[in-house]
Amino acid sequence: MGKIVKDVLHAVGKIRGGVHVQHHKNTAECELVRVPSPQKVIIPMQMHIGAPCVPVVNVGDTVSVGQCIGDTTAFVSAPIHASISGTVTAIGNIKLANGNISSAVTIESDGEMRQFEGIEPPHIETKEDLIEAVHRSGLVGLGGAGFPTHVKLRFPDGKIDTLIVNAAECEPYITVDYRECIENSWDILSGIKILKEIFNIPNVVIAVEKNKPKAIEILSKIAAQEEHGKDEIKVMKLDAVYPQGAEKVMIYSATGRKVPPGKLPSDVGCVVMNVASVAFIARYIKTGKPLVSRSLTVDGSAVSEPANVRVPIGMNVGEVIDFCGGFKVPPYKIITGGPMMGLAVINTDIPVMKQNNAILAFSQKDGMKKETDCIACGRCAAACPLSLRPGVITTIAKTGDADRLKSVGADVCMECGSCAFSCPAGRPLVQNMRLAKTIIREAAKK
Amino acid sequence: MSNELLTASVSPHVRTRDTSRSIMLDVIIALIPSLIASVVIFGFRALAVTASAVASCVLFEWLSRKAMKRHNTIGDLSAVVTGIILGFNLPSTMPIWMVVLGSLIAIVVVKQMFGGIGQNFVNPALLARIVLMVSFPKAMLSSWAEPFAWRSETPDALTSATPLAVLKTGEGTMPSLFNMLFVKAGSLGEVCAVALIIGGIYLVIRKVISPIIPLCYVGTVAVIMLVFGLVKGEGNALVFMLNEILAGGLLLGAIFMATDYTTSPTSPSGKVIFAIGCGLITSLIRLFGNMNEGVSFSIIIMNILVPHIDNLTAPLPFGATKEKKSKKGEEEAAK
Repeated sequence: MGKIVKDVLHAVGKIRGGVHVQHHKNTAECELVRVPSPQKVIIPMQMHIGAPCVPVVNVGDTVSVGQCIGDTTAFVSAPIHASISGTVTAIGNIKLANGNISSAVTIESDGEMRQFEGIEPPHIETKEDLIEAVHRSGLVGLGGAGFPTHVKLRFPDGKIDTLIVNAAECEPYITVDYRECIENSWDILSGIKILKEIFNIPNVVIAVEKNKPKAIEILSKIAAQEEHGKDEIKVMKLDAVYPQGAEKVMIYSATGRKVPPGKLPSDVGCVVMNVASVAFIARYIKTGKPLVSRSLTVDGSAVSEPANVRVPIGMNVGEVIDFCGGFKVPPYKIITGGPMMGLAVINTDIPVMKQNNAILAFSQKDGMKKETDCIACGRCAAACPLSLRPGVITTIAKTGDADRLKSVGADVCMECGSCAFSCPAGRPLVQNMRLAKTIIREAAKK
Repeated sequence: MSNELLTASVSPHVRTRDTSRSIMLDVIIALIPSLIASVVIFGFRALAVTASAVASCVLFEWLSRKAMKRHNTIGDLSAVVTGIILGFNLPSTMPIWMVVLGSLIAIVVVKQMFGGIGQNFVNPALLARIVLMVSFPKAMLSSWAEPFAWRSETPDALTSATPLAVLKTGEGTMPSLFNMLFVKAGSLGEVCAVALIIGGIYLVIRKVISPIIPLCYVGTVAVIMLVFGLVKGEGNALVFMLNEILAGGLLLGAIFMATDYTTSPTSPSGKVIFAIGCGLITSLIRLFGNMNEGVSFSIIIMNILVPHIDNLTAPLPFGATKEKKSKKGEEEAAK
C-alpha cells in the first residue's frame, strides 16, 4: 500500500525522486587526524567557482602559514593562502583533477609551520564587516561545489528568513561533515549565532539525514541550550535519500519551497551553508586564521587504513593516501569527492583543493557495467530529483536542438547522477546531460 | 605510485545492480506460476506451444540482428519474455507452425524492424496475437480445449466455451467463481487468475512494475461492469463484475502486457490515463462490440497513444511554472 500511496503522491508532485544508495559510512567513528605538514605543497589558483586568482608572490619569496599568495579583484572569487611556511620555489601551470589547466604556486617547507604575523581576529560590527571578513578568509563552500561564500552572503536586507545548515552528507563514504558535527559542534553553534545575529535571520534549520542519530542528538542538545534555541534553531531529520544534500532538494525538504529554474535560494528566502563552512566562520572570527587546511575522508576498497584526516591545502593526494597506510591492493579507480558526483582521476599526482571532501580508491570495477540498449523503463525520470527526463533529453541531445533541450529543462540538471545510478542499461546519462547543457550554452553564445 | 594511469570515467561511479537482463529474468520468474498452471490444466500441449514460441522468438531475434548486422541481443532475455507471453495468448490446440509464424511477426516485424528492444511502438506479442486471430480465426477463436481434457481418453473431442463467450451470448454455463479463480477455458496463460496475481505481486515487490497500471486498468473495468450490471439489473451485479474481471485475458493483459516499459507511459499520471483508457476500451468492446474479448485491441490502441500521453503528462522541471511558456511567447511577440 505504501508504494501505491507514494506513486499517487508522486503523480501529484508531492514527493520528488532520488535514489537509495548504499551509505558505506565506514569512517563514521574515525576521529579527525591531523596529517604532519608535508615537505611541499602545490596550491592551485583556481579552487572555487568563478575567476581564478593571480599569484601575488614571486619565486624565491619566503611565505608563512595564512599569508595571502593569490588574489584577484574579480567579484566571484576567493583569495588563496599559503598552507605551510617556507619558500616559493615555482609558479607555473598544473593540470587539475577535472583536466583544467590552472596556475599554481609551489611552496617548499622550512618545517617550522610559522604563522603569518598579519593574522588577527577580524573586527566585526556590521553585515559588511562580516562579508568582507568571509571574503578575506578565502572560504568557499566546503560541501564540494566550491562557490565563494562571501558572494552567497551578499543578499539584500530582510530577504532571507531561513538559514539552512547543510549536514546531510548524502554522498556515500564521506563522513567529514559528520565528524564536524560530533567534534566541533560548539563551533557550529557559534557560527550559526554570528550569521543569525549579523544578518538578522529569524529561523535556522540544521538539516541532518536520519542515518546519523548521534549527530542529531548532539546538535539538538547544543541547540536546546541556546536562549531561543528550540524555536529558532531547529534540528531537522531528513530521509536518507540521495541527493538530500543538493541545495534545491535541501531547501524543499526543509521548508517546502521550490527554487525555480535559473533562480537562487535567496529568491525563496533561504540561504544554505555547509556545516563545515559555518564552523569555519566561527573559528575565523575567533582566530583570523584563513582557510589553509580542510578535512577529508580517505576510504575505499583499495585503501589500507581508511581515515578522516585534516590536510593542508595543496598537499599531494598520493602523500595523503600514503599517510593512510597506502594501498593494500592496486587501485583501479581513484575519485576525488564522493562516488556519485566525484571526479575520477588518472593518477594521484594532484593537490588537495579547498572543495575536496574525500579521496576514495577502489580496487576493482565497483558497480560499473556494460552499456546496453535503453529499454524505456523510465527509471531515470523517476529518479530525477528535479523532475527531468534524462532519457528524453538524451534523445534530443543527439539532434543538437538547443531550443528543444531548453524546453525540456536540460539546463536545470545539477548532475547528481541519480539517473545514471538507477539505469538498468548502464547508460552514461550524466555524460549525456552534460552534452545537452553544453549544446544549450554553445547556442546561447552565438 | 607507478606511472600506470588509472581508470577515469564519468560520474556516478556506483550503479544499481539491476540490469535489463535481471529485469527480464524477474518477469520470467513471475510468469512461471502461470506456466505451471497451464501445463497442469492443458497438459504437454501447453508446454509445447510455449516452448516453441520461446524458441522461435529467440531464434528470430538472433537471425534478424545478424541479418541487420547489429549486435546480438538475445542475452537480455527480452525475446524469451515475448515468447512466453505470445504462447500465453494462444489456445493450447494451436498448430505449432502458426505459433512460429506469430513469433516471426512479433520479433521481426514489430520489434526488430522498429529498432529492437525499447523501440517497438506496440506490444510485439499482442500484435502477433491479433494478426493470428484475423488470419486463423478458427484455430484462434473456436477450438478451446476443456480444462483437464488431456487426461481423458478422447481429449480432442472435449471442447469448451470460454467464460467470456458465455457472458456475451448467454449460451452455456458459467463456471463458479471458485473455478474462475483457478481453472477455466481460454488461452494458455489466462486460465488461472491466482497464478497471474501471484506473478503480479512478485513484480510489484521486486519493483519491476508499478502497480498503477494493473490496478487502474482492472479498476476501470470493474467500475464499468458493476454499473452496467446494476443498470441491466439481471442477476447479481457484483458476480457479473467479478466474472468479467476474471474472464478472458484481462489479468494477463493488465499485469504483463499493459505494463511493458516501452509501450506504456513513464510518468505516474500518464500511467493512470493509459490504464483507464485500456479499461474503457476493453469494457466497450466486451459489452457492445462484435467480439468477446477486447483486451488485445485496447492495449494496442493505447500503445499507439503512448507518445502523446507522455508529452501531455511530461513533468515540469523542479520549481518551474506553466507561465513560462506565455512569457516566452510575449518575449517573442516583443521582438
